[in-house]
Amino acid sequence: MTTALNPRLSFETCVVGAANRLAVTAGRAVAENPGTVYNPLFVYSVSGLGKTHLLMAIGQSAKKLFPNLNIEYLSLDEYVEAFHAAVAAGQGDAFRRRFQNVDVLLIDDVQFLTNRKEMQAELLRLIEALQSGGHQIVLTSDRPPAEIADLDERLISRFSGGLVVDIGVPDYETRVAILRRKSEERGANFQPGVLETVATAEFPNVRELMGALNRMVAYQAVNDTPLNAEGAKQLLGLERAVAPPAAARVAGSADEFGSFLDDVTATVGKAVEAWRARVAEAILRWEGEGYRTHRLEVLLERDTPPAVDAEIAAFARDVERLRTLENEVAALDPQAAGQSLFRDPERMTEAEAAASQVLVGSAPPHGPSAAFPLANYATGAANQVAVTAARAVLEQPGKRYNPLVFIGKSGSGKTHLLHGVGLELAKQPGAVVACLSTQTFIDELITSINGNRVEWWRARYRRATALLLDDIHLVAGKDRTQEELFNLFNLFLDQERQLLFTAPVHPSKLTGMEARLISRLGGGLVAEIMEPDREIRRAMLERLFVTHQLNRDSALLEYLADRPVDSVRGLQGLLQRVIGAAAAQDQSVSVGLARAVLEGHEREPNRKSGALRTSGLVVSSLGGIRSREKMVWDWPAPADRLIEELH
Amino acid sequence: MSLVNFTTREITCKIVYYGPGRSGKTTNLHYIYGRVPEARRGRMVSLATQTDRTLFFDFLPIDLGQISGFSTRFQLYTVPGQVYYNATRRLVLQGADGVVFVGDSQARQLDENVESLQNLQSNLLELGIDVRTLPLVMQYNKQDLPRELILEPAELDDALNFRAVPSLPADALHGRGVFETLKAISELVLKRLSAGTTA
Repeated sequence: MTTALNPRLSFETCVVGAANRLAVTAGRAVAENPGTVYNPLFVYSVSGLGKTHLLMAIGQSAKKLFPNLNIEYLSLDEYVEAFHAAVAAGQGDAFRRRFQNVDVLLIDDVQFLTNRKEMQAELLRLIEALQSGGHQIVLTSDRPPAEIADLDERLISRFSGGLVVDIGVPDYETRVAILRRKSEERGANFQPGVLETVATAEFPNVRELMGALNRMVAYQAVNDTPLNAEGAKQLLGLERAVAPPAAARVAGSADEFGSFLDDVTATVGKAVEAWRARVAEAILRWEGEGYRTHRLEVLLERDTPPAVDAEIAAFARDVERLRTLENEVAALDPQAAGQSLFRDPERMTEAEAAASQVLVGSAPPHGPSAAFPLANYATGAANQVAVTAARAVLEQPGKRYNPLVFIGKSGSGKTHLLHGVGLELAKQPGAVVACLSTQTFIDELITSINGNRVEWWRARYRRATALLLDDIHLVAGKDRTQEELFNLFNLFLDQERQLLFTAPVHPSKLTGMEARLISRLGGGLVAEIMEPDREIRRAMLERLFVTHQLNRDSALLEYLADRPVDSVRGLQGLLQRVIGAAAAQDQSVSVGLARAVLEGHEREPNRKSGALRTSGLVVSSLGGIRSREKMVWDWPAPADRLIEELH
Repeated sequence: MSLVNFTTREITCKIVYYGPGRSGKTTNLHYIYGRVPEARRGRMVSLATQTDRTLFFDFLPIDLGQISGFSTRFQLYTVPGQVYYNATRRLVLQGADGVVFVGDSQARQLDENVESLQNLQSNLLELGIDVRTLPLVMQYNKQDLPRELILEPAELDDALNFRAVPSLPADALHGRGVFETLKAISELVLKRLSAGTTA
């Protein structure tokens, strides 16, 4: 019943240009990740622009990548016919079951749903069933969903719910590329300039362009003399379309610019040597797909034609290899896949090395953030124990205090100390320091479970020489994470690799955690970081003054250091308020202003919260820091907020 | 200026509209500006006096998009026609890939045409440009004026076009011949690509 996929209609034989690039890219994405991206994918264009080719290509590619997938391609008419036959035979349910088991359903020409209410309802049911089962649907039509007459609103919304892309009429370059490729496929050779001349005519679709090529191939086959550009124009009746005589134009009434553009295109097409045009087109194509094309660009600077086809083919092979490598890497480590070396054929060796590193699970896990150097960590009596323990750990990683757990209130500097130690540990030769928030650790595990690559995830952490997790209490209630962490814990302890954690309270007071984990957390050293004392506050302020480029005003420094705050972040907040007020009042930052700001208003009541809070800092792998806590010094008036919400 | 830059894959054509004062050079550019889709054209820069005489020059950039893989741009300039702006004219002529000489078809303007043409040749000479190889097109503008006031294209050819370059009658105010002229000069300029010439 369904049509077999035509092996000639693949992505490899699809000529990509500006008009269809988006549709082809989306098609590739769908073929590589069926059911997960753009579901459904809805492609529309006028007839003859390659919808069926794209549909078949998606099917072929998906079949190649996932041989076990059940892929069905059929036109809407075939679908309707099959349904009617099944209903007539009393096999309606069997028909439905059959299609509900399809992994990738490719339906061509869905515009024929017009005036077929019963089929619309049937298709709606099928789409709902397939989508809920995570199966991929790709549909094509000659118009966008909303323009299909008499189509059920629910189907319009279903069709539009994934990605709707159109395919436009190919531009000149794409027309030339299509003609060249198809001539090659047919083994036909034309004189220089013939295909370019034919391409200057704006054929409304590719099918007509192919028709023109077929006529030329046939003409050459039965005539001894090869067809030249002029002959091709006469044969195809393109004389008027290609070069309309100027005299025939009425000034101002015709598309004069369009005609000028046609002329220039034809002239450039003839003037630019064919090999240069081919190289430039290849550059445009690969550039458009995000690849570095320097290797091809240097060819253009040569005076004599290089072995263009061989060079382009080699480049295409390298791009294909990079694409394969990137896909393999993306499946394991999406972050690593984004590297630019997977987009540069000149760095193939590096890309191969990076990919093989990722494939064996040796891509380094998240490292410590450079934003928290240990040297910048202000020390005082309040954190003396923690800092001393940290130094001991740095002297003998894994041997002295293992694990080391920093506890303290939010904003007391646990995260800074954790990353500071991580950075120092990372300086040691051969060190692989995993230093991240527990939330990221959990998220990564979930992603690896989803991608069925937990082994790879484990391998990444198993090769780390130190594991530093911020906010360890977040594993509460996450049984699988606790189990994985427990196994890592044992491995690290056995092999004397350093473990370091932060938590808001002593491990014994943490709830939702397995006893075996709690006992191990408490088995090393638990060092508390207290509220910052005056010494720490002063040292912090000195650094903050430098950061904010403030004059070292001793009176202001002493005044702020005397202010009672319960965390380092609170201290930063105080200074921020003063700086903000100074900017608002166009004054310099002074002790007088600080007094007015900090004492002139009633103090906000301390926030009380029974729940355990995180450090609030999320350290990005790129080195930046995001804070989950918002510090708002100018809270919007309730009236403003009300208006905002009413909007 | 390089006509074709293989490194950046750009083709850039600088075309200068030359001719005596009030012959219609700026009118040509205005007409083209009005016919080029907004997305394809840059801002037209005109530096004119209060009486609408071109003081320095007009500049109209046009982006033709990708042609044969090359990003193709045209830059159209006019020069001030008045005799005393010769330094500006020479400056604008620098790096020109082609010149359109816009002549005034009025019989009484023939001397001005001749003078301007001579001025073009002397400026090109000073710039070291070989006038025999530079793409040049003659446009005989204002052909819409009453017959008794103007010279026929053939007569103008006899008087001005001794190099037998392509010549076109025009009525730039209404658009006749404007794009034909642009096409003619573009073809001459672009044909040099195949000869591997860079200006």
